[in-house]
Formats: sequence, C-alpha cells, structure tokens
Amino acid sequence: MAILKPEPVVPKGPLVRSPGQIAWAKLRQHPLAGYGAMVLVVLYVAMVFADFLAPYDFETQFRTKTWHRPSVVRWTHADGSLAWPYVYNTVRVKDEAFQAHYVEIAPENMEYLRAKLGSLLLEEPKENPIRFFVKGDPHKLLLCIPAERRLIGIDSPERSNRPALFLLGSDHLGRDMLSRLLYGARVSLTIGLMGAAITFTLGMLIGGISGYFRGWTDVSIQRLIEMIMLLPGFYIMLGLRAAIPPGVNQIAMYFAIVFILAFIGWAGLARTIRGYVLSISQNDYVVASRALGQGRFALIVRHVLPQTLSYVIASVTMAIPGYMLGESGLSFIGLGIQEPYASWGNMLQGARNVNDIKLHPWVLAPGFLIFITIVAFQFLGDGLRDAFDPRTVLRPKKESA
Amino acid sequence: MPLLEVRDLVKHFPVKKGVFSRTVGAVRAVDGVSFTIGEGKTLGLVGESGCGKTTVGRALLRLIEPSSGSVGFQGRDLLAMGRSELRAMRRQMQIIFQDPYSSLNPRMTVGTIVEEGMKIHGLGGKEERVRKVRELLRTVGLMEEHINRYPHEFSGGQRQRIGIARALSVRPKFIVCDEAVSALDVSIQAQVVNLLMDLKKEYGLSYLFISHDLSVVEHIADDVAVMYLGEIVERAPKETLFARPLHPYTQALLSAVPTPDPAKKRNRIILTGDVPSPMNPPSGCRFHPRCPKAMPECSVRVPLEYAVADGHGVKCLLYDPAIMARNGTKPEDLISTGSLAPGIVESELAKERERQEGGGTAGNPGG
Repeated sequence: MAILKPEPVVPKGPLVRSPGQIAWAKLRQHPLAGYGAMVLVVLYVAMVFADFLAPYDFETQFRTKTWHRPSVVRWTHADGSLAWPYVYNTVRVKDEAFQAHYVEIAPENMEYLRAKLGSLLLEEPKENPIRFFVKGDPHKLLLCIPAERRLIGIDSPERSNRPALFLLGSDHLGRDMLSRLLYGARVSLTIGLMGAAITFTLGMLIGGISGYFRGWTDVSIQRLIEMIMLLPGFYIMLGLRAAIPPGVNQIAMYFAIVFILAFIGWAGLARTIRGYVLSISQNDYVVASRALGQGRFALIVRHVLPQTLSYVIASVTMAIPGYMLGESGLSFIGLGIQEPYASWGNMLQGARNVNDIKLHPWVLAPGFLIFITIVAFQFLGDGLRDAFDPRTVLRPKKESA
Repeated sequence: MPLLEVRDLVKHFPVKKGVFSRTVGAVRAVDGVSFTIGEGKTLGLVGESGCGKTTVGRALLRLIEPSSGSVGFQGRDLLAMGRSELRAMRRQMQIIFQDPYSSLNPRMTVGTIVEEGMKIHGLGGKEERVRKVRELLRTVGLMEEHINRYPHEFSGGQRQRIGIARALSVRPKFIVCDEAVSALDVSIQAQVVNLLMDLKKEYGLSYLFISHDLSVVEHIADDVAVMYLGEIVERAPKETLFARPLHPYTQALLSAVPTPDPAKKRNRIILTGDVPSPMNPPSGCRFHPRCPKAMPECSVRVPLEYAVADGHGVKCLLYDPAIMARNGTKPEDLISTGSLAPGIVESELAKERERQEGGGTAGNPGG
C-alpha cells in the first residue's frame, strides 16, 4: 500500500493558538497523564485538608487497640434490616494458639466472648454509627483555623477500651493508620517538590554556566561535580544527617532533609544540562542571536535552557519520587522525621519485620501510597514532556459525525 | 573607503591532546585572508567544503574569535572593540545561515524570532516592533498571519525567508550569507537569490555571499574570491573571473559547473586526491599536490598574490613575472580551460579511471 500523507490538520476556531494552549491541548490528549494528574490532585487536596479528613489526630492512641485490623463497617442490623453504616466496638482476645486478635462485640460473637473472657467482658453489643462532621480531636485547619470537627468518625467517649474507627487498621501504638497517612503526606508529598525545586534551580544554573562559558569555569565546575558524584549518596546522606544535632524541632529537620537531598541531587542534573548546553550552543539560532547582539546571560536563558525543558520536565518527575524515596529511606531507618510525627517512610518502620507484615498486612499502606504517587508523577511527567515538545503533533479532534 | 576591509585574517583552531591539554598543533582554517567589499557590493566567496569559507564569514563578525588580522568596518577595527562596543556594532552586520532547520529557535514564534534584534537594540516600542515584524514578513514574501506560527510549521524556503527577515530587522549595512541557498531546492534557490538581490537594491545592502555553487555566485556577486585550504587563491570582478580564470584551481572549479547543453564538448579538469589536511598544509603552494600545472618550484616557493589586471589577483607561481619571463608565457596563454594542454587532461582522466578500477584506494595512499 502506498504511504499516505496524513491529512493536514485544520485547526478549529481561531487559526492561531498560543504555545500554552497547544501544550494544554496535547496534554489532554495524552492517555495516561490525565489519570496521573487526577491522582495527584486527590492526594494533594487530601494532604492540605488532612486535619479535617483524618478521623483522629496523628498522636491519638488507643492503648487497648494496638495492631488493630481495619474495622468492619456494617450496613445491616442484627436482624438483617438495612442500617446506617456503623461499627461494633472490639475486644482483644487470644485464640487457641495464643495469638491475639480483635473480636467485635457483636450479638453473634457474645457466646464466644463470654466463654473466653468471662467477667472481664464489660460491654454489651452497641452499634456505633459513623457520623459526618463529628466532634473529634482539636486541630488547626490549614495550620491556622482552630477547629475540632472532623469529616467522619464515631462518638468515642473517654473510657477504658473506647471504640474506634480504623478504616485502615492501627499501628503498634494503636494510632489510626489512615489519619497518620494523611498527616504523613504533608512530609512525603512536599519534600519531593521542595527538593526538586532546589535541585533544578541549582542544576540548570550551574550546568548552563558550565556548558556555555567552557574553559576554566567549566573545568572547575565539572571537577566539583565529579567529587560530589563520587561520594556514595546514601552515606553522604547519613553523614550530613549526623551533623544535625539530635532533638532539633521537626520543621528544621524537614528542611535539613530537603537540603541534604538537594545537595546530592544537583550534580548529576548539572552535568546533563551542561551536555545539552554544549550541543545546543552549536545551533545556528544561538549564533544568530549572538550576531544580533544578545548578551550572554540572555542567550543562555532565552535560547539554550528552554531547549532542555522537555528533558528537565521528564527529569523532575523522575526526581520527585527519588526525593520521596530518599526521605522515606532516612525515616525508615529512623534518621528522618521522628515519632510521633508521621511520614510515609517512618510509618513503614512497622513493616520491617516479615512476621509483622504477615500478621498486619495493612502496615504496607504507606508503601502502596508511595507507589501510587510515583506512578502518577511518571504518567503526568510523560504527558508534560510530550506536550512541551514542539515536534509532537496535535491530533485533530475526532468528529462525531 | 570600502565598507568592509579584511586584512590578513587568520583563524587557527588549536588541537589539544592529553591530560594537560598540550597544544600539539593547529587547524589552520583561515590563513591570511584579505579582501574588501564596497558599499552596495556583493563579494562571492567560493571554494570546496572545508576550505574555510564559513570560518571567514564567522570570524569577521567575531562569532568566532579570529587569531589575528584586522577587520575594518566603516573605518573602525572590529577586532579591537570591547564587548559592549561590539554588541552595539552588531546591528550593522548580520548573518544568514545555511541550514534553515537549525537557524530558528524551535520554541519561539516567528514574531519573537524576528523581533529579538529590535528588542536588543531598543528599536521602537512594543507596538511599533510588531508592526515592523509584519512589514518584514511581507517584505520577504511571507504572510502577516505567520507571525504567531512556529518554525516547524514552515518549509525550508519559508524558514530561510524568516532568517532573512530576522537579519533585516535591525537594518544592517552588511550581511554575510553563509551558504544561504545551498540547502534549498533549485527552484526555491532562485526565489531566495532574487529576494536577496531585491533587498540589496531596496536597503542598499552589501553581501559577503559564501557558496560552493558557482552558478549562484555568478548570478548574485559583483566580485568573486576563490578559496582553497584557508587562502584566497584568486579574486577578480565576476565577469573577469568567469571569462578568464587564471588559477589552475579556479579553472578546475569552473570546468565542473554543469552546462544545460549535454552535447557541448568540454574539457573537464578532474582533480585527483583529497583536500590536504589544514592541520598540516603542503609546503610551497598549497594546491601543488593536486595541480595539473605544477612545476618543481611550486613545492618550495610560497606564491605571492600577483596582480594580473586591474582588480584581478592570483596566487600562483605561473603568474610570477620571473617565471613568466623564463617560460615565455603571457597570462592570456594560461586563461581558459580550453587552453590546457590536452595531454594533461587525458592523463588526468586516465588516472581517474585507474583510481576507480583500483577500488578507489590506489589514488589515495594516505587513506
């Protein structure tokens, strides 16, 4: 078959689109970028409103409910009629193999519980309906508005063995996993953005200078980069971490980690940018701009660095997960964000032991969220790269006629 | 006073080796080139690939820093200027590139590209610049609506027109056309060459027209300079050069220009061997290893530029007064390709045949 030339694209509406409009239209055509963006929007919105969305504070402990499995939400009353969702309180019992587990104080379990606990069983079955806008742990919405309503929860009066709503189970101190995941997102989701922002500013500026000016500037910058790249990243991270005095407040710690990650990250990027700059500077349009009398700084910023945009965008999306993982790694081994503050990394400490994973698989939830976030960033980054690439073609809209 | 006066322009690219970047030699891309271009005139600079034409064009604009020499522009030495002075001067001198695909920033609209120079030199306010850009686009034969399009939406010829509009935007006096039409189809070439000639008349421009295509140069140039291995070997007014080429290299070049009449019998002069490396040029006359008229002294003596007629200079020992006296030749005897001794041409053809039969390696022992 003869090779057919594609039909020329006749743009609908105004003949000329701005670069932003073209990129946006191409991004919308990308099959996966949209899903990635949606996931990220959900995650970041959840992060911002963590105080309101989380049923409990990240510090709230339920001492009688450590390693609690996810609560069973019931939709029917004991007689089978439809009910507003509710949960039964639970009580910890040991089975024949002396393995502790939680049993709902529900009508059908009462016989078993009485046999197991006898007089220690102090409660009768009680439905605890899940309510919206319940009065819960006090918090500061958006870090400034004092409030105590939370989106969902159950009434849990202060008493021994108070009932709790654990939609994703609890950890070794009886803290709600879901709440801690939401609070932990504040660290895990922002650290990547902060780290990437610093790295890319440094990397592009230093790489751009190195590649454009060449000569001694280039040689000295390259040797510095090599020195940084030679040092094994994780040990440098540990070394820099050791320089931070113990017991500094967690906000300082957060910025220290950002700094550590960026310090390691910029070198590789600067080197790649330098390579790009070297090759891009050979292009006639750079020479043309110089012939027009353009200054050197403007040349780099206007003509050279924008050409690296698609690479940089792809790299940013690769790097953000990298920084998330860096923070998670530090926190996982106990050197990052400290308890009782939550980050997805230090929550994974609960999953260090295979036996714990077997008995309480919900401790892997932070790992799952890290995975989801990374994949979402990759999809979005892929879409952005294609969108900003002037060589990709905008497909015409499918006509439904 | 000529608009542009280039004197002994030299550009050597150092060749570095080893850990400490020892300089082990130099590529002598341009080795003592001199020429002048009068106001409103076009100088055609011709020569084969790698002879240093492009380096000349860029070195005289200081897009490549020349090693030595002087470039006088309107009586001021460009090579003595400081950075800011040079930037202001750039308004007067522009360049048009060979490759229309790499000469336009793919991320900028045509409007931004053409406007850039006016912005740099503060010519007019925002609205005036846009109006000027539209006017320029019309001038070079594009449509005003193209102002917001991106380079990838244009054909090679259209892109070259954008490049011309960019060069014109700062109202220069002088433009280097670096193989400006070589990458285009022949039909488009004609359009662009005619455009360049119209613009020259309209704006009173001077061109340095660098090309390897003699027929294009014949069309556009007033004077022609022929380059070989970093040197200008012959220069003359266009009519003179095409009518009576003196240097054996020029004669060989002209004999290679295709003619529309296939029946016409011509004496092709086929040069054998490759262009020698500019890192290590031959002794004496640089052309002597390939010259069909080489004499023993050619490998020893460096020819000077001999003025044969008014404005016609040639760098060849055949035109050295002493040697002409010895051989009893007059310049006229050595002029046209037809006056070459048939034996030489025949033997060159035979050599060429031999070379091709020998797998193409026999004639090229170094490779």
